[in-house]
Amino acid sequence: MAVLLTKKARVVVQGITGHQGQFHTRAMRDFGTKVVAGVTPGKAGSKIEGVPVFDRVRDAVLKRKANASILFVPAPYVKDAAVEAIEAGIKLVVIITERIPFHDCLDFVPFARSKGVTLIGPNCPGIASPGQAKMGIIPNLIFKEGDTGVISRSGTLTYEIVYAMSQGGFGQSTCVGIGGDPINGTNMVDALALFQKDRKTNRIVLVGEIGGTAEEEAAEFIKKKVTKPVVAYVAGRTAPPGKRMGHAGAIIQAGRGTAESKVRAFDEAGVPVAQYPGDVPKLLAST
Amino acid sequence: MKFLEHKAKEIFARYEIPVPRGVLASRPEDIVDPPLPCMVKAQVLIGGRGKAGGIRPAETLEEAREVATQILGMDIHGYRVKQVYLEERLHIRKELYLGLTIDRSAREPLLMATAMGGMDVEEVPREALLMEHIPAMVGLQPYVVRSLLRGLALDKDIGEQVAAVVRHAYDLFRKEDAELVEINPLVVTDEGRVVAGDAKLVVDDNAEYRHPEYAGLDQDRTPLEQEAHDKGIVFIQLDGDIGVIANGAGLTMATLDALNLKGGRGGVFLDLGGTDDPEKVKQAFELLIKAHPSVILVNIFGGITKADTVAMGVKQALDEMHATIPVVARIKGVNEAAAKEILRSVGSQAAETIEEAAELAVKLKSGGP
Repeated sequence: MAVLLTKKARVVVQGITGHQGQFHTRAMRDFGTKVVAGVTPGKAGSKIEGVPVFDRVRDAVLKRKANASILFVPAPYVKDAAVEAIEAGIKLVVIITERIPFHDCLDFVPFARSKGVTLIGPNCPGIASPGQAKMGIIPNLIFKEGDTGVISRSGTLTYEIVYAMSQGGFGQSTCVGIGGDPINGTNMVDALALFQKDRKTNRIVLVGEIGGTAEEEAAEFIKKKVTKPVVAYVAGRTAPPGKRMGHAGAIIQAGRGTAESKVRAFDEAGVPVAQYPGDVPKLLAST
Repeated sequence: MKFLEHKAKEIFARYEIPVPRGVLASRPEDIVDPPLPCMVKAQVLIGGRGKAGGIRPAETLEEAREVATQILGMDIHGYRVKQVYLEERLHIRKELYLGLTIDRSAREPLLMATAMGGMDVEEVPREALLMEHIPAMVGLQPYVVRSLLRGLALDKDIGEQVAAVVRHAYDLFRKEDAELVEINPLVVTDEGRVVAGDAKLVVDDNAEYRHPEYAGLDQDRTPLEQEAHDKGIVFIQLDGDIGVIANGAGLTMATLDALNLKGGRGGVFLDLGGTDDPEKVKQAFELLIKAHPSVILVNIFGGITKADTVAMGVKQALDEMHATIPVVARIKGVNEAAAKEILRSVGSQAAETIEEAAELAVKLKSGGP
């Protein structure tokens, strides 16, 4: 098993005709993902990488039994595309797009949750279960099948850590990139709960960064509910307050969201925190 | 996007939030007909103006000009005062606080209020701070306002005015894509009016495209940061001297952290993001060179961004600008070998891990190896 995404997923790619959509459709299929349809309004009838393209998500659900969707849609159109997917009955929606106005997220993220839809992202590298399927943009080659779950707020830093894990002999059950925005569909606690339940996952890696209190809440949850070993890394220990460090969510405001606070919370929860990303496998080996 | 007080108040007024009468001036001689008696207020994008002497009273036109002369050009916590706002003086009976922001964990807007206005909200005791979540999907419901008013214990007439301010502020928060709407103090005057004494407004940078009217507003950026912003590049100047360029915010932060652990300090945070455009890489690298770093540390994990594309951009920028800044490069992922070859040709030093790269950058900075 894995969490959230297995080889059973029938994936529709929203925005499949764009450069990113095409490129990653190929990469996802190479990974073993069943990409059954694409959607780009106005492009119905065409094919991308042999995948039929429809105008509407509803058609992809009716004709191709799509049950999961990944969005490579420009930021101004994400709210529209996400709600369309949810209303069409899709149960897993992954949003890669960055720079979405967060007021849009305030609308469609709670809407997705109210409909029982799992939403990953936005502004995330997606989700991958090695040996099964990938909905996202993380390079295929760095993965290795295994029993460690990964939860990350970052993109390339996730690649870095997954690569180091694979090299160090720690394969992944599932890697969930929850995204770097202040409002996200699946947060650290949600993902921790899933990994704690998953029989294939024996340990968990958390990749956090400055801003917000997701790591503190995760640490609290680990103390109470997580019995599997957890190892963490926190980016932004040297970030100055008040500066937004690339991610919309990565900002220290009014003394809140500092790396020290997060590292302290993990310490108190008995979660070792790596100094360098490359140290994660060493810490895993000692758990 | 941050807004100066006078600009925020202009927007408040558009949403029917009562604001005092005021005039803006960038030179004392421009002050002709201020509302008297008035408060002369420094317009800077940072809090703590009052304590720093940036807000002072004036009774007459002459005095207003004199005070303005003193405040204009002042340095307030590193921000030079370019404009003053001269505002009608309010007769304060009571000071409230009203704020709207988001609660990330609840994924909802958060409305905050307290009867202890006028002070830093961080210093208000937790139990005196009223907090109400507003589910954005359904909007501000009357019960939220009722609950807030109950907590503030105001007279009926004042309560109604405050309720209107809350509704208008929420309307503004949503329609203007605000990250923060803060009125501190929200003044109740001796005459029984409710007026926004100060106005803080921050609008989501990602929503800029929906608000073209705010383009070109003076922001809290260095000239290089502004140039980068205009080119769509994430570029932040820090107080160290080593330039860090990487792809992805988390990786860039991790690289800066590694530098620090090795005793170095980052001078520039440059996140290339997911670009695969050699021209954009070149532009980014040119900006980095303009910041005169002692060493440049390149850390690329190739994925969507091909490592060799970045390497080509780096080479072109170095060649064209005839720069001789030492470069440490740590390259992984897609097209790693080609990238390493290109970077070797410009004399950069290669490192295998982030830790090694950081160590090497610090060594190069101090003259070796």
